[in-house]
Amino acid sequence: MSEPTSALRLDVYKTYKLFVGGKFPRSESGRVYEVTDRKTGEWLANAPQGTRKDTRDAVSAARKAFGGWSGATAYNRGQILYRAAEMLQGRREQYTAEVAVSEGLTAKKAAPLVDAAVDRLVWYAGWTDKVAQIAGNANPVAGPYFNLSTPEPTGVVGVVAPQGGHGFSLLGLVSVLAPVIATGNTAVVALAPGAPLPGLSLGEVLATSDLPGGVVNLISGRTEDIAPTLASHADVNALDLAGIVAEEGPASAKDLEVAAADTLKRVLRPEPASHDWTTAPGTDRLLTFLETKTVWHPMGM
Amino acid sequence: MSSSPLSTSGLAASGLAEVASSEASLRRFLHGLPGIDAVGLQARAAGLGTRSIKTTAKAYAIDLAISMIDLTTLEGADTPGKVRSLCQKAKNPDPGNPDVPHTAAVCVYPDMVPFAKEALGGAPINVAAVATAFPSGRAGLPVKLADTAEAVAAGADEVDMVIDRGAFLSGRYLEIYELIAEIRKACERPDGTAAHLKVIFETGELVTYDNIRRASWLAMLAGADFIKTSTGKVTVNATPANTLVLMEAVRDFREATGIQVGVKPAGGIRTTKDAMKYLVMVNEILGDDWLTPDWFRFGASSLLNDLLMQRQKLASGRYSGPDYVTVD
Amino acid sequence: MALFDYAPAPESRAAAGDIASTYGHYIDGEFVESTGSEALKTVDPSTEEVLAEFAQGTEADVDRAVAAARKAFTSWSALSGAERGKYLFRIARIIQERSRELAVLESIDNGKPIKETRDVDLPLVAAHFFYYAGWADKLEFAGYGPNPRPVGVAAQVIPWNFPLLMLAWKIAPALATGNTVVLKPAETTPLTALRFAEICRQAGLPKGVVNIITGDGRTGAALTAHPDIDKVAFTGSTEVGRAIARTLAGTTKRLSLELGGKAANIVFDDAPIDQAVEGIVDGIFFNQGHVCCAGSRLLVQESIHDDVMDALKRRMSTLRVGDPLDKNTDVGAINSAAQLARIQELTAAGEAEGAERWSPSCELPSAGYWFAPTVFSNVSATHRIAREEIFGPVLSVLTFRTPEEAVAKANNTPYGLSAGIWTEKGSRILWMAGKLRAGVVWSNTFNKFDPTSPFGGYKESGYGREGGRHGLEAYLDV
Repeated sequence: MSEPTSALRLDVYKTYKLFVGGKFPRSESGRVYEVTDRKTGEWLANAPQGTRKDTRDAVSAARKAFGGWSGATAYNRGQILYRAAEMLQGRREQYTAEVAVSEGLTAKKAAPLVDAAVDRLVWYAGWTDKVAQIAGNANPVAGPYFNLSTPEPTGVVGVVAPQGGHGFSLLGLVSVLAPVIATGNTAVVALAPGAPLPGLSLGEVLATSDLPGGVVNLISGRTEDIAPTLASHADVNALDLAGIVAEEGPASAKDLEVAAADTLKRVLRPEPASHDWTTAPGTDRLLTFLETKTVWHPMGM
Repeated sequence: MSSSPLSTSGLAASGLAEVASSEASLRRFLHGLPGIDAVGLQARAAGLGTRSIKTTAKAYAIDLAISMIDLTTLEGADTPGKVRSLCQKAKNPDPGNPDVPHTAAVCVYPDMVPFAKEALGGAPINVAAVATAFPSGRAGLPVKLADTAEAVAAGADEVDMVIDRGAFLSGRYLEIYELIAEIRKACERPDGTAAHLKVIFETGELVTYDNIRRASWLAMLAGADFIKTSTGKVTVNATPANTLVLMEAVRDFREATGIQVGVKPAGGIRTTKDAMKYLVMVNEILGDDWLTPDWFRFGASSLLNDLLMQRQKLASGRYSGPDYVTVD
Repeated sequence: MALFDYAPAPESRAAAGDIASTYGHYIDGEFVESTGSEALKTVDPSTEEVLAEFAQGTEADVDRAVAAARKAFTSWSALSGAERGKYLFRIARIIQERSRELAVLESIDNGKPIKETRDVDLPLVAAHFFYYAGWADKLEFAGYGPNPRPVGVAAQVIPWNFPLLMLAWKIAPALATGNTVVLKPAETTPLTALRFAEICRQAGLPKGVVNIITGDGRTGAALTAHPDIDKVAFTGSTEVGRAIARTLAGTTKRLSLELGGKAANIVFDDAPIDQAVEGIVDGIFFNQGHVCCAGSRLLVQESIHDDVMDALKRRMSTLRVGDPLDKNTDVGAINSAAQLARIQELTAAGEAEGAERWSPSCELPSAGYWFAPTVFSNVSATHRIAREEIFGPVLSVLTFRTPEEAVAKANNTPYGLSAGIWTEKGSRILWMAGKLRAGVVWSNTFNKFDPTSPFGGYKESGYGREGGRHGLEAYLDV
């Protein structure tokens, strides 16, 4: 007698994890929260509830990665970002599904947003070795000195991923993350708490793109836990508040800027929640997390 | 001028005596000297040049400058008459003013030394002779030695020799070291004394400040009593910056060996204002020990009249003019 | 006594022009009295003599000034860039014409040597206006988009260490880009800013484009917190910078900050030593060390520590400390009693913590605020004098062994304004320059400034750049 055969095959669910220091840990708290379909409210997955401690670990990882990543050649950074675009392209179907449920779109409407995210990575991949050429300067000082200004990465940037606007869940995330790392910064990203899946999956793309561990760290969880931790952390150099929506309270732009002022972090203020992430980005974000360094040297025999 | 015997013990004690034991070690030493940043050096010289020297300080500095002049004539057209006239000026620069100091020396070609000695008589003014195929230095060693011997025999108190810039620029440092040492010997007199040896680098032909620093140390190691910038015969002569290099060298050399060496900028120093800048440098780089004609000289000719006019102005309050100083 | 003792060579105090006994504000093109009655005094720090009284700006004064700037913004921003530029060219020229007067006035009010106001401050002030004048009609080529727009009304608060130069750094780019300004000079050095108001009148600058209000930190706080300003530009202490950043949190107002520093001046064993010693001296004794980018931490390679210290002490012994108006003075007076007290407190801490203190013997005048050039050796990284900005003529000397260690020590500070590197090895300079986290890196030179060269810091030294093409960004709506 043979065993009865069944037509049913169970899908293997993915355990979504944080992306910290190039690894995929669970939250140190061991806690998760339910992520649901934006349209139907159906349960989709359990996302790790990243904590303040997870955020601090991510900052450490980002700091550790900064020297190597900022010291890598711009060409190398461009190659890696392009590799990330290739990896994303290869997982187009998966991301289309995740974006669709995250933003309440049909697969047909979600797919072009994934394509746009791929293209955005390509756009920034091409920028890595051109930024210094548009943001730097040879300065004709009135004296016998060679004087050159070059842009350098600010350091560890805390990024609050977009929580709204057309294409926010993947394209928006890529649009804020890519310019940060293209210029040699490292990032700790607070993912959109209501739509973390494309972001958590992005870690898988980045992990297979030769991106050194710690350059990008992705934390899902409550913005009011993660963002204030980034804003008050003395080893974070800058904040991108793109996804901040709270008008008041610890996760409001005001409170976060006040906390950031303690160590004079550079702060990029929130994007309107209605921002259309498909619009051409321009160079604003690319040029934001840069420090201009000016080097003088005498010219003499 | 006091003629301090060369203290080789200082060199030995400093460990520098062995430096010239071979071309390789001499080169290693000279190229191991700290580099000079040209822009920084020039800025320092220019900064000292902004010192404002007024009233009593100016009066002091004018007289000091006059007393430091090697009053010079080095022309193909020089004659005994011209040299005699120069010597009178050296002894008594401002005929109406006996309190004006005399110059330190007159500086002439070797064949003019006897006329200068005669004209100066017993005046406490040295006769300096340029020698060693001045100004180019392009002659064989026997010629240079004979040139020197002639000057010393004729009574020169000081010999201003030139180094072989060609040898220097092609890196033959030991050859220059030996040349200086040979000339030094030729400066010796039968009575055991010696004419003071000033070594001219022709800084304008060495071009870089690093070269000028190396030349300074090379000359001091070989026994120079004075180091001197220029012949006055090329486009770039003494400048505050290249003289500053010489001053730093003598300062550091004394620090290392205990041996004091004099400095003489020459050529292109024409005005009181120029002279003040050099004296300010002596004052602030070297200090009191060098603020004397024994250790600092100006190689100049027209400078003297400008100093005299400025001196008259200080005394009378009126600006003087060229008709009130002598043309020599 | 030295053989060659320089006689006094004083610049004429009269050259400063008439200093009024009392000053009000300059608002909407007029010199006006304050709405309040409180007056402050500015003194000559070299004598403690009161130079003038000036108004403590009130909130109502600030309102008036901001309103004047707001009103003027409409027409000023609509003016063609070419015409705006011509006003700035006029100002540059008038500054050149009146530079002796301004240099003497600055020296009297600030205490800095006339040599510096004459040869550094004033030439740079005129050059800064000249440089930004030329940008006014070329902004579309500056790399900030095809149609860059001004931000609006800029509130500008400047420090006392380079009063007129900091004014130029603030006002020239703001006006070139079409903004209008309300500027508050520091409460110990208001006089050249008020004199600058006269220059604006001579230049025929439209009313309200530049407004100068005086007062202390209270006036500054009222100005930077004013609801109708669009931008704050501040140069001064990191502490006040933080406070302003908090004030502006959650608003759409722009902010640029140029704050403190604790720069490392790094000397390798293969440095051009004589020039390095000059650079060390310029780095810390220029302007009495009242310089945010001062090279206050000397990092010297251990192998040459003793030689460098000997040379440095020898050089320090020739510094001439005294009357700021004497043309031969190298180091002038400390700007205020408060600053002197801070320097004294930190140097006392340095001694208490075990660092070795040395100053050349120099006679300090009995009246006024004075502090002899001072160097501390045997300083460790944990000492307060190695970490805190002293803002005075006080150098802390530490040692290092390798380039990596030099970089690590240089970067080991919350500040990041400037750094110096001294070595004859070109590749090491470029390696070091790449690793140092500082906005300005001077290699084989120090404390050089130029209007074309961006200046500003990393980390807690502030954000934004002043000078150069980069300096336009802070005043453009990009």
